[in-house]
Amino acid sequence: MDMKKPFETIVVEHSVTILRVCRAVVGWHDAEDAWSETFLSALRTYPDLPSDANVEAWLVTIAHRKAVDIIRKQRRTDRSLTLPSDRTSTTSTSGSTNHDLWDSVQSLPDKQRQAVAYHYIVGLPYVDIARILGGSADAARRAAADGVRNLRKTINDVEEEGARK
Amino acid sequence: MSTETTTEQVISGLLAVTEPLRDEVQRLHRRLEVSAEDAKILDVAYTTIYTPVGALLLAATRKGLLRVAFEVEGFDQVIDELGRRVSPRILKSPKRLDEVAFEIDEYFGRRRMNFDLALDFTLSSSFREVVQRYLPQIPYGTTESYKQVAARVGNPKAARAVGTACATNPLPIVVPCHRVLRTDGKLGGYLGGLAMKTSLLKLEGAA
Repeated sequence: MDMKKPFETIVVEHSVTILRVCRAVVGWHDAEDAWSETFLSALRTYPDLPSDANVEAWLVTIAHRKAVDIIRKQRRTDRSLTLPSDRTSTTSTSGSTNHDLWDSVQSLPDKQRQAVAYHYIVGLPYVDIARILGGSADAARRAAADGVRNLRKTINDVEEEGARK
Repeated sequence: MSTETTTEQVISGLLAVTEPLRDEVQRLHRRLEVSAEDAKILDVAYTTIYTPVGALLLAATRKGLLRVAFEVEGFDQVIDELGRRVSPRILKSPKRLDEVAFEIDEYFGRRRMNFDLALDFTLSSSFREVVQRYLPQIPYGTTESYKQVAARVGNPKAARAVGTACATNPLPIVVPCHRVLRTDGKLGGYLGGLAMKTSLLKLEGAA
């Protein structure tokens, strides 16, 4: 018997994670388009998905393909990636602002930004990420590690600058 | 003097900055409902409504109303079953059920005696479908016995099968299986419970 969940359940379980990923990977402005295209495309092919498939990895794979298209379009036009003003409050964990972190995420190279999002936001293992990005699991691991190192560096620089003032 | 930022701080910052608000997720869901309907890939749309006899689940295909379910049946179970038997391409999408919800509201407000809706009998098989298609012909506020219904559909010996057809009616209220009683006038069974059957007959002034 086919034990596949109704698609509504898939949307409820994964919509927040996929929106986070879209925001991190394509930026704020295009994230909702990426989310919508991802779930519409997933709904279309859902009946063909094997019932034992990893739904989350499947959705991230679709979201990745949509994001690649969107990033390509963004490169041709003027990419507006700023965070909306209502999201720029100071975070409690560090002295830096959301705004600084957001800017540094958006300025990461594509592979690093994608690897960070898929591993640290979704929690996918590097083997799955390698399948999505192409290349080896080691390369995916390095991209995520480099990405996080770059983010830490930017934040530290901002904080040091703040401390000097 | 600032301390070195840790990986954990970077990640929790990343989660904080991408955190969706509730209304953002709801808006995206509505957008998906519309685009799935436009693309003709929304096989089953459903919603829940509230009536004087409790909550009802309504589900429809593009052909018509597919299922009306009572809360006692367990809405999640009913949705799972529709996913297996009809299509997993199911979304909570109230728009397709607007007309159904409107007519049911009129029915409970005693402003409607007959439903004027497209029905999808995908969930009914052969003889059961014959019986279920006949039931709306029993006039509002009246009742027939299982035996009478059997005779009306041309199979006088099939009273028991009529009972099964009523018990498995996927479209209660709209297809009025509550208007079928035992020959001795006793209620017989009802998917939504006997109290529900009595309430509907009382509403129609038949009990």
